[in-house]
Amino acid sequence: MAILQAKDQAAVRKEFERLTGPVKLVVFSQELVAGELCRQDEQIMKEVAELSDQIMVEVLNPQIDRERAETYGVSDVPVTVVEGARDYGIRFLGIPAGYEFSNLIDAIIATSRGEAGLSEATKATLATLPGEVEIKVFSTPT
Amino acid sequence: MRLAQHMAIASDKVRAVAIEATEFPELSRHYQVMAVPKIVMNEHVQFEGALPESQFLDAVVRAASGDGSR
Repeated sequence: MAILQAKDQAAVRKEFERLTGPVKLVVFSQELVAGELCRQDEQIMKEVAELSDQIMVEVLNPQIDRERAETYGVSDVPVTVVEGARDYGIRFLGIPAGYEFSNLIDAIIATSRGEAGLSEATKATLATLPGEVEIKVFSTPT
Repeated sequence: MRLAQHMAIASDKVRAVAIEATEFPELSRHYQVMAVPKIVMNEHVQFEGALPESQFLDAVVRAASGDGSR
């Protein structure tokens, strides 16, 4: 049974008309560790990918595909990497439900276009950052 | 997460990681997540709730500079 309802599929398909380049969703999944969560995460990513020809899904097991997991800096499951023309460092740990689902769709569109929806002043400041920053955003599916 | 992921696209020095708190309880405990959204930047800059772009950027700059004061 589909996780995304028909009206959600239609809305996302409409949003995906803005995609301008290919996006890969690299899903790290391991049923032995988190079976139900990984199954649902894989399914939702595949359902999203079906809504545009520009999106493909690759499912990897971090224990088997160790080099790829290391390259992406992934050690947990389920984790999804949203990759456009390059890996921008965008990761989703867990199933992106509720508000995070909107952020997943937004991440797919932004990585596809390679465009940050930020003010010019913000972009200018980001260009001069003195060091690297990892931003973790904790949320719950409400 | 929206601002974080757009900043990751704008700068190769920024990574954005969305974490579903209930599915990763150990991480949530480690970072003492009591309310969401909770944002943690380079371990030492932390806050709860959404911020406007300019204030979020200030926090990113502090984290990048190794300044944990807030």
